[in-house]
Amino acid sequence: MPINILMPALSPTMEKGNLAKWLKKEGDHVKAGDILAEIETDKATMEYEAIDEGVVAKILVPEGTADVAVNQPIAVLAAEGEDVKSVQAAPGAPPAQSDPLAAPHPAPAAPPFPKTGRDSGPGPSMPSSSKAGRESGPAPAEPHPLTPSSGRVASVSEPGAAPTTNGHGRIFASPLARRLAKAVGIDIVRVAGTGPHGRIIARDVEAAKPGGAALRAPAPPTPTPQMPAVTPVQAPADDKIRALFEPGSYEVIPHDNMRKIIAQRLVLAKQTIPHFYLTITCTLDKLLSAREDINVTAPKGPDGKPAWKLSVNDFVIKALALALIKVPEANVTWTESGMLKHKHADIGVAVAIPGGLITPVVRKAETKSLITISAEMKDFAARARARKLKPEEYQGGSSAVSNLGMYGIEEFAAVINPPHATILAVGAGIERAVVRDGKLAFATQMKATLSTDHRAVDGALGAELVAAFKTYIESPTAMLV
Amino acid sequence: MAESFDIVIIGSGPGGYVTAIRAAQLGFRTAIIERAYLGGICLNWGCIPTKALLRSAEIFHYMQHAKDYGLAAEKPSYDAAAVVKRSRGVSKRLNDGVGFLMKKNKVSVIWGEAAIEAPGKVTVRSANAEAPKGALGPGTYEAKHIIIATGARPRLLPGIEPDQKLVWTYFEAMVPERMPKSLLVIGSGAIGIEFASFYRTFGTELTVVEVLPQILPVEDAEIAGLARKAFEKQGIKIFTGAKVTRLDKKPDSVTATIDDGKGGTQTLTVERVISAVGVTGNVENLGLERLGVKIDRGAIEIDGYGRTNVRGIYAIGDVAGPPLLAHKAEHEGVVCVEAIKGLKPHPLDKLKIPGCTYCAPQIASVGLTEAAAKEKKLDIRVGRFPFIGNGKAIALGEDQGLVKVIFEKTTGQLLGAHMIGAEVTELIQGYVVAMNLETTEEELMHTVFPHPTLSEMMKEAVLDAYGRVLNM
Repeated sequence: MPINILMPALSPTMEKGNLAKWLKKEGDHVKAGDILAEIETDKATMEYEAIDEGVVAKILVPEGTADVAVNQPIAVLAAEGEDVKSVQAAPGAPPAQSDPLAAPHPAPAAPPFPKTGRDSGPGPSMPSSSKAGRESGPAPAEPHPLTPSSGRVASVSEPGAAPTTNGHGRIFASPLARRLAKAVGIDIVRVAGTGPHGRIIARDVEAAKPGGAALRAPAPPTPTPQMPAVTPVQAPADDKIRALFEPGSYEVIPHDNMRKIIAQRLVLAKQTIPHFYLTITCTLDKLLSAREDINVTAPKGPDGKPAWKLSVNDFVIKALALALIKVPEANVTWTESGMLKHKHADIGVAVAIPGGLITPVVRKAETKSLITISAEMKDFAARARARKLKPEEYQGGSSAVSNLGMYGIEEFAAVINPPHATILAVGAGIERAVVRDGKLAFATQMKATLSTDHRAVDGALGAELVAAFKTYIESPTAMLV
Repeated sequence: MAESFDIVIIGSGPGGYVTAIRAAQLGFRTAIIERAYLGGICLNWGCIPTKALLRSAEIFHYMQHAKDYGLAAEKPSYDAAAVVKRSRGVSKRLNDGVGFLMKKNKVSVIWGEAAIEAPGKVTVRSANAEAPKGALGPGTYEAKHIIIATGARPRLLPGIEPDQKLVWTYFEAMVPERMPKSLLVIGSGAIGIEFASFYRTFGTELTVVEVLPQILPVEDAEIAGLARKAFEKQGIKIFTGAKVTRLDKKPDSVTATIDDGKGGTQTLTVERVISAVGVTGNVENLGLERLGVKIDRGAIEIDGYGRTNVRGIYAIGDVAGPPLLAHKAEHEGVVCVEAIKGLKPHPLDKLKIPGCTYCAPQIASVGLTEAAAKEKKLDIRVGRFPFIGNGKAIALGEDQGLVKVIFEKTTGQLLGAHMIGAEVTELIQGYVVAMNLETTEEELMHTVFPHPTLSEMMKEAVLDAYGRVLNM
């Protein structure tokens, strides 16, 4: 029986991905665990492992194809002893629409397979054990019911995210979790499982309820039905925009996944989070001299390079983390049902990469030494540029740092990246004349602006956080105790 | 130079020694400190030796009822000393077993009384009990993580302090020289009821006094009511909502004054009294006050991963609060070291810890009682199935008992299960697994139970909750 290799959902919210590269060609023998292909997801390139054994009979989707719908067959594997040539591609959907400008939220791609008749998501059947087209894939994406609280227009069907748990369709979820999810209208596949081997258990559904902690992060690419009713001002249609420019005076660069995600998330953030901004000036002289002292003591490694070289940003990350622990009421995430008060300070750090940016998270930054933070950021930055970060490395966090100081930007305000409640925009350290004890003096100063989610953190509280941050920055030795 | 470990566990009860094994499995250099018996109270003075005693009682009971099964047993009798000897032998065997397990897992055993000098540092003084072979001695030891698993000891109530002779705790009750003619058991939790059941089977005149309105206070009221009826039928006298206010001791008897809670008092003269009014955590002499470890009503405060408010110091089991059960301690210990390892375990869900009482009839339960579910304003469905409707129960000659299940109406979540009757302590685990896997009534109804077994009642009770019971 030939086995269809399906486009995997490698990230929880992935609906489509780009088939970056085939690592096997037709005729190659494949063992379970072999890397078949590289798939470009939202923000990362990930390897796709084979689950079954066999010979690649046919590659259906050539490498370099963009926007391949999850669960679309991408290759056919002939089982041991089967005639490779006679293997036919199992019935599959043609590649989904590929014009990214056509519609920002396409209706779900035509179900790749006839429905199995189940209404609660894929059942226990495994695609690889399929007997016929009937069961040859997980249940097709279905528009799922809107929650009663949802104000969304019913005709906008939700693209069903694909099951992700084991890369070939089956969702591991407890019976109770399935039933709870059905009762509250949450599509179980969108719930992040925390049980054994990622099994979705009741508490995960509780957390994903409207106002619960979250659906699978990163925030879904489309506003989820759990979002409060927001009627966005409709942007003008693409053709109307194009009409404003002379034909031939521009070229159209299709959006890649990262661009789409950035656009969707930031629109969501600005439309749902009431931002306000607090700016403070920090004197950096002590920090700069501490940094220098620490950096000169770095032993040389075998390659002759110093073992560490702390940046000002490493201090900023640590200072913000400690400030959040000192002002725990500001170390929070807003949810409709209650405030998530975090026990650790997980700090996202915006890293610019070609084509966009990504925010890897330094976990428990308050517990880490500056050297550890610095090493972690170097590793994150390198892997971010290679698009090799894992989803769990850039999801979550309670605050973030965005630093444009190196571009000479004096001050700016950043957009909060949910589920964070704050983000600190850090400007350049600039030498200024200041008045100290009635006399003019020189000082290197930096401006930092905290964008704050007013639902979660009020003005005075935000100011307290900023003040605590300033204290750590200006007395950096306090960070060492 | 002090010897240094990744993890040092203070106390080798079931919580401590299981934690040590798990820690060793995870690659930690592990040591366990014990001052008296490997295996702690559970193996030596609790769970295990009482099960041995109750097994003797059970067989004696069957011998007395041999006729019911078409058998003859001439004047059944017993030898109290031999019953006790067997029980001690069982403990000894398991105690040796713990020593073997420590060796096998390369866990160092340190013999003595421990105190925590500072986070990361434990001093051990010599203890009275003789050290097992190969144990390390007193001294100072270093440990990145210190886990307190010192357990609990009988609680003392003013006026009824145990004296080892007339007023017993479980220590004395476990090694009687002879079966007393009459016995007053104060407290009707698992410990009190098990001893009451044991001694009553051997003919002791028995009275149980419980301060709360129901015996077995943590159990479902319906089950506790059935238990009470069964005990009274066996001849045990039970006072609930009552209090022993005074004990007057004579050379070989005690006269107790009982306030019956309805304004009356009675006196009762018995040979011996067992005080089973609960236990209290062993939090003293560990240096916890000095370190600022938070303690609330005799229990160390911990989070879901056994962490105290002081970094590097953890607590598990009885010393970290209720429910005071060996299996709770074991699981807490495993979660604690897995979290230290960074494995991200889920904290222990206290609503899914089963409890068993090995009296006759046995009692077993997990999850919410009916009253607790109603108090939480949950919309529930209750199913029941009596032993009398089960073929295997009738064949066993054990047709008295009940299986009761409680479901949440809308979700079908199994909230609780409560049982009384033969072998229910071995049955309850089926429901515990079901609850942990988050099954709903549907999966339970679709599960095939073997026939003929007592376990069929577990399915029937589920069916009953949905109006589909078959054999009633």
